[in-house]
Amino acid sequence: MTQANLKEQEAQTNEKQMTGAEMVIQALIEQGVEVIFGYPGGAVLPIYDEIFKNQDKIKHILVRQEGGALHAAEGYARSTGKVGCALVTSGPGATNAVTGLTDALLDSIPLVCITGQVPTFLIGTDAFQEADTTGITRPCTKHNYLVQTANEIPSKVHEAFHVARSGRPGPVVIDIPKNLQFEKGTYQKDKPKVEQTYTPVTEPNMHAIEEAVRIMAQAKRPVFYTGGGVINAGKKASELLRELVELTNFPITSTLMGLGAFPASDDKWLGMLGMHGTYEANWTMHDCDVMINIGARFDDRVTGRVDKFSPKSTKIHVDIDASSINKNIKVDIPIVADAEKALQAMIDVWKRKQYKTDQDALNIWWKQINEWRKKNSLAYKKDDKIIKPQYALEKLRDAMAADPRDSYVTTEVGQHQMWAAQFLPFNHPNRWMTSGGLGTMGYGLPAAIGAQIAHPDAFVVDVAGEASILMNIQEMSCAVQYRAPVKIFILNNQWMGMVRQWQELLHGERYSESYTESLPDFVKLAEAYGGIGLRAETPDDLDKVIAEMMKTDRVTIVDVCVDQKENCFPMIPSGKAHNEMILSPDAAAFDKTLV
Amino acid sequence: MNQTRKRNRGTKSVYAPGPEQENIESHTLAIIVRNEPGVLARVIGLFTGRGYNIDSLTVAEVDHEETTSRITIVCSGTPDVIIQIKAQLEQLIPVKRVRDLTIFGPHVERELALVKVAGTGDTRIEALRLADVFRAKPVDSTLESFIFEITGTTEKVDAFIDLMKPLGLVDVSRTGIAAISRGATTHDDLD
Repeated sequence: MTQANLKEQEAQTNEKQMTGAEMVIQALIEQGVEVIFGYPGGAVLPIYDEIFKNQDKIKHILVRQEGGALHAAEGYARSTGKVGCALVTSGPGATNAVTGLTDALLDSIPLVCITGQVPTFLIGTDAFQEADTTGITRPCTKHNYLVQTANEIPSKVHEAFHVARSGRPGPVVIDIPKNLQFEKGTYQKDKPKVEQTYTPVTEPNMHAIEEAVRIMAQAKRPVFYTGGGVINAGKKASELLRELVELTNFPITSTLMGLGAFPASDDKWLGMLGMHGTYEANWTMHDCDVMINIGARFDDRVTGRVDKFSPKSTKIHVDIDASSINKNIKVDIPIVADAEKALQAMIDVWKRKQYKTDQDALNIWWKQINEWRKKNSLAYKKDDKIIKPQYALEKLRDAMAADPRDSYVTTEVGQHQMWAAQFLPFNHPNRWMTSGGLGTMGYGLPAAIGAQIAHPDAFVVDVAGEASILMNIQEMSCAVQYRAPVKIFILNNQWMGMVRQWQELLHGERYSESYTESLPDFVKLAEAYGGIGLRAETPDDLDKVIAEMMKTDRVTIVDVCVDQKENCFPMIPSGKAHNEMILSPDAAAFDKTLV
Repeated sequence: MNQTRKRNRGTKSVYAPGPEQENIESHTLAIIVRNEPGVLARVIGLFTGRGYNIDSLTVAEVDHEETTSRITIVCSGTPDVIIQIKAQLEQLIPVKRVRDLTIFGPHVERELALVKVAGTGDTRIEALRLADVFRAKPVDSTLESFIFEITGTTEKVDAFIDLMKPLGLVDVSRTGIAAISRGATTHDDLD
């Protein structure tokens, strides 16, 4: 289409008579939405009618339960950096979406979820499939709307995208009554009002930046502690982070959500920190004198015991969300800004003032860190007969490294998630999708589908547990339908592993309801859905099975039968400080190879 | 009285902080919001959802053309909690501005109450006499009752109600606190 044609079309759509449903689709197209995840129902049928007519412009992915649509949209959003989009019906459609919305809120994932609503004249009458969607989703969205007239649909949709992606990203719900979807209105491409009122601060305060950089230059035991905010700020932010770490030669650790912003292959990388973080990362955090937090929020799984958290450090905190500052941990230099802009400003100041680090002090600090590294906190006892879950992940890691394709990893929630975070190296942002804040079992499979739809040629694997995967197993059907060849790598120990681990360590080995009897045969289950099922029962099987998984272009479940008793170490017990972490009983005695 | 102070109200909210917390301060916040459906629920939901404490709340549209409402909230908590409350409120999309009048300096706080007192004979005369002292205005009267309208600080209203108790107090309706900064500055100038 030529420029002139485009202009003409734009002039036409600037003010045009349309139905509400047409306006929804028109606005989504203008927002650049290419894929929408959803499930039809009575209250969104007019919108689905328009989706039918606009199949060439917007691809709809039919999930098998609305919860799947939201997680798929999250996977799509997190792997692309775009706003994810979902469409569900009223009542149960909307309530099923609640978990995904909350998940996106806690992990700051930009989503727009359109929900159908009963006609305006039936609202409040307990009509069929009526639920107070805006009431229910108010605390689990960044913002939500109940559309009142057809005319305001376009501005609400544009506003929703603006809110979802600006500042600290998050989910936004637009609740659209069915009668408004039929009603004719005037489509106006006006600038939404909210863009004037909702303008989050993104530029850092330069005084604070200069002070922060001055303190960094004097640091004797510094550490970078980075989080999902760096990923959310875009690819450039990750590049700048690498540049700043290179300039300073400071050690760097990251939260679960921030993995990939800094390459795990770099020798300044300490591994993940927190409850199941490495020994060196947590001790570095505890003993540091300057902590530079970029885009992380001092979550309780990271800090451990708050009053003993990094007691000797001057804390610099860059966050786009002012309410994250001083929420859990008091900081000395708060900087409310976009991570990319703050990092750029720090680099500029560092270079302009020609700062040099205290090399002697840093050498001593690195020597200490390397002592901690020698603890080899991720070590585990290898076995010839039983597959250790860590070993399975090492094999998966090697297979992914040898594969020319770009690889994306999602996880469910539990032991396997922590092992994946510990044992899979992430060298690029947007390659790692996991439910961090909410800890939603069942996230991984639909998120993997979302990532695979966005990156059809990539290798996408959901590292799963056999309990988590059953929470959204129905999405197998969705993956098969769209030939989204996701691989589901189940570390099957027949237990809810993390629950079992806590029961063993903290509840006197009373394993209350954490063993799953009558699990399905995952190989047959995969086949029943039209995918491929593979099983590995011994370490010898594993190589063959992984090779086969890497080869196939079909949806695959790999059932890896792993050691049932393996625990996830190291671990900071709940309510303890970083320097009170416990190591695997095996760590001292076995396997000193670094992982 | 505009300094940070401890308020000692007879009634306790169900979210009253436990005895282990000290330095509980009371702050008066003026929250200017876009008056859209659900905005009040959003503000209140934030307080209940995060376990913050509301002592008093008033809300009304103050600018019809701009569809702006002003919510005055008196809330209590430790200094850290008060800072969190303000930061969280500012995150809400329809919230335009949050001003902590307690910190911004001199301001006027007023509350209006309608107080119904029933009685005859001496107690009735005494109620009327005290109302006069408090400059409370009788706005309804029968042979055995009065309704007084009283405006003033919370402390003044409290004192008046306490005095009316032995004189046949039967019902009270209070607006909660409305507050505004002193002097020529407006909300916008306070930046």
